[in-house]
Amino acid sequence: MKALVFERKIAKFAAATVAGRFAPGSGAKFGPLKLKDVDAPELLGPDWVRFKPRLSGICGSDLATIDGHSSRYFEPIVSFPFVLGHEVVGDLPDGSRAVLVPVLHCAVRGISPVCTACAAGNINLCERIAFGHLEPGLQSGFCSDTGGGWSIAMVAHKDQLFAIPAELADEAAVMIEPAACAVHAARKVHCDTAVVIGSGTLGLLTVAALRAYGNVRTIIATAKYREQRAHARALGADTVVEPAELARAVRSHTKSMIIGTQLTGGADCVVDCVGSTASLTQALDVVGPGRDVLVVGMPAHVHLDLTTLWHRETAIRGCYAYTRDDFTAALALVQQANLGSLVSSCYPLDRYEDAITHAANAGPRGAVKIAFDLRTEKQRKDY
Amino acid sequence: MAKHRPPRPGFVLDVDKSTPPILFHHGDGFRLEKLPAGRSRVLYPAEPLAGLSDPEGSIRNALLHPIDHDPLPALLRPGMKLTIAFDDISLPLPPMRKPDIRQRVIECVLDMAAEAGVDDVHIIAALALHRRMTEAELRHAVGDRVYDAFAPRGLLYNHDAEDPDGMVILGETPHGETVQMNRRAAESDLIVYVNINLVAMDGGWKSTATGLSGYAALKHHHNVHTMVHSRSFMDQHKSELHKSNWRQGKVLRDAGVKIFQIETTVNNNTFGYDGPLAFLQKREWEWSARDRAQFVSMQAGLKVLSGRAKRKIFQSWLAPYELTSVQAGEVEAVHKVTTENVYRQQLVSIEGQADILTMGLPYICPYNVNSIMNPILVMCLGLGYFFNMYRNKPLVREGGVLIMTHPTPWEFNPVHHPSYIDFFEQVLADTTDPAEIEKKYEKQYAEDEWYIHLYRTSYAYHGVHPFYMWYWGAHAMDHLGRVIIVGGDQRAVRRLGFMPASTLQDALEMASDVVGRDATITHLHNPPIVMADVI
Repeated sequence: MKALVFERKIAKFAAATVAGRFAPGSGAKFGPLKLKDVDAPELLGPDWVRFKPRLSGICGSDLATIDGHSSRYFEPIVSFPFVLGHEVVGDLPDGSRAVLVPVLHCAVRGISPVCTACAAGNINLCERIAFGHLEPGLQSGFCSDTGGGWSIAMVAHKDQLFAIPAELADEAAVMIEPAACAVHAARKVHCDTAVVIGSGTLGLLTVAALRAYGNVRTIIATAKYREQRAHARALGADTVVEPAELARAVRSHTKSMIIGTQLTGGADCVVDCVGSTASLTQALDVVGPGRDVLVVGMPAHVHLDLTTLWHRETAIRGCYAYTRDDFTAALALVQQANLGSLVSSCYPLDRYEDAITHAANAGPRGAVKIAFDLRTEKQRKDY
Repeated sequence: MAKHRPPRPGFVLDVDKSTPPILFHHGDGFRLEKLPAGRSRVLYPAEPLAGLSDPEGSIRNALLHPIDHDPLPALLRPGMKLTIAFDDISLPLPPMRKPDIRQRVIECVLDMAAEAGVDDVHIIAALALHRRMTEAELRHAVGDRVYDAFAPRGLLYNHDAEDPDGMVILGETPHGETVQMNRRAAESDLIVYVNINLVAMDGGWKSTATGLSGYAALKHHHNVHTMVHSRSFMDQHKSELHKSNWRQGKVLRDAGVKIFQIETTVNNNTFGYDGPLAFLQKREWEWSARDRAQFVSMQAGLKVLSGRAKRKIFQSWLAPYELTSVQAGEVEAVHKVTTENVYRQQLVSIEGQADILTMGLPYICPYNVNSIMNPILVMCLGLGYFFNMYRNKPLVREGGVLIMTHPTPWEFNPVHHPSYIDFFEQVLADTTDPAEIEKKYEKQYAEDEWYIHLYRTSYAYHGVHPFYMWYWGAHAMDHLGRVIIVGGDQRAVRRLGFMPASTLQDALEMASDVVGRDATITHLHNPPIVMADVI
């Protein structure tokens, strides 16, 4: 069957890193990602089912992997070769559809008793993501045993399946997983003024989630591009500014003063949906004394001056993935905010280079979410 | 114009096929534009009136023979508190060559005060919510002798409308308008106000009721309602802005504030009778070969210069204005004469309104002296000042189109205009509707501690100032069907809510959607300043 496979090839990885630096998304052409004909993954136990992706989204973490920007931190918690794709809505053998909850936590790995985090329902913090009867992998889409969404078929544990209403469009369903990330972040925000840095898919979903589930009065969002600004406003941001305008907007909203270039006050919470040196630096510049920066966008190596963090007692806190409960809230959010409309384009697997280039340049091209459409693949009926 | 022949009045030129291209100011540059023959008119300013031959003597004479008032020496006595207040950096435009009129008047007043034994004298730049003047700017306005005698002892300074101890509320008008004043001025035995009346809007009670006041009082007339109902604010009898100031002036008078008003007018000699910019106050068909050569070489030079370099060159221009009148005494009586003298120089009759009004916006307006003409100021100069240069009715009909030329760069002076940047980025990104802006954002900006801090300690316009600039254009926005800026930064123009065009021809084409293809056009050939009496 056809699958987009990511292999451990150091030279290709280096080529992708260089290419990706010059042209975002070009790692798909020069790197270790290849469209291959592979065997479908075997069922891994009685609680596993064949899962045939219908739509599978391209996420920022996928792009970072393809362009060689992701951290070596992931090496021990992924297993090569793996088929990418963890934002998946697919068909089950009984004819119903489900959305994948991709985290490969204790229950999925057959580990009993489950770890403390899983026992508390925090599957995103599972301590056993490289253990049990599965190869290492923090999520499906990064594990050699499970396959991934960018293929004709994969396997999923019953605990990884989230049932969706029959009337929900695939385009809406494929937004549930990223929306769950946003919901997870939004539930941590209880404040007067929150800043969301970045208006890519994750940033926009975070704005929507903050408005729906966050306990926040004013949302200020940054957006580089016109369409992003329009989406951010429509999804509930009170003020949308270009990145360079953020400090002035926060100063104005929080009635702060300025010493040198540093605000004396700042936002109660900053949600960084980019995770770059620039965005984190900006987050530290605008977060108020004693307040938190929530890192939702996947970072890699960054270079930061932490003097303000020390002096102003601010904190940088990670925010990874979701719990199962977040999926329930995400489903409601997707329906209520019509988040399916954020799916801008769908590509067949054969056009993966175009798809990834489009996704990596979504902002300037006026797009938000790019996905692979597996529904019309001819091989689908064979699995 | 040759200085030896009498100045010619302003006039209206009907454009025909033989009319040469017309000069349009274009920020730090110029354009020559061909206006459509048969349906275009150009309103030219009058040539400069003759200046007074003995300015010092005329000033002294005005102080000794005031209108409806005792002579100044009769008001001066030992032990009294005397405050001299003067118009700030926003007047005149461009700044004038030395000696500045303010210096001449203040020196004369100080001589009389010294003769009378007055030794408690404060000199205040009446800047309301404008930025503070720098030492160099104060020296230019009052002269080194006055500056060195008063400033080092803290007796010459900028008005501070946000000084909690330095302002006093003097009452309220019957319309509920608060009247507020600089405490030192209010508690003085006499205020001598020194004005330069560049346009008809200036002077009168606006000098003290606005110049020495603060937000608590200004908000009653610097608002959308007042501006929309001032038709125009250059015609004080039809200006709600002035009516409000006059009401506040009455409260000042009733509160016992004694004011000796000195008003002056200058002629239209903005760019000189000779020199590099002389062609700007000539009619195009009268340009000499030298003028044409100067224009061509200047255009070529400007093309290769950076924006900063061009700005520096233009901002260094000092106008050779000549004093055309000086009158002193009771505020309203003085201002009546002053206004007549302003109109004598600037007012030109024109018959009927046009479908399209065109104007070239120069590099300077009242709020960017030694600074950057940011997009908000472009809007204010065009829709606020130039559009309102009329008496009776606007030069363009209701629902008509305004076309103005200016580069409109997305550029701000962060020291002078910090709140403008936020206004442009945050407020205008949300809405350009003056009423909505006023309701939703004004209070927040007016009371912002950071802006207040910068206004008081740096050289920043008050936080609310960009709002006033926007309100200044409210009447025009209400009146016009479309506004087009030719040659402007497209993003900046769109942020203002206007339409960008690359050429005047494109703009006229775009205007035809609103006013038809055979629309009539009036071009306001300004500056030098011309005010239309539309009959």
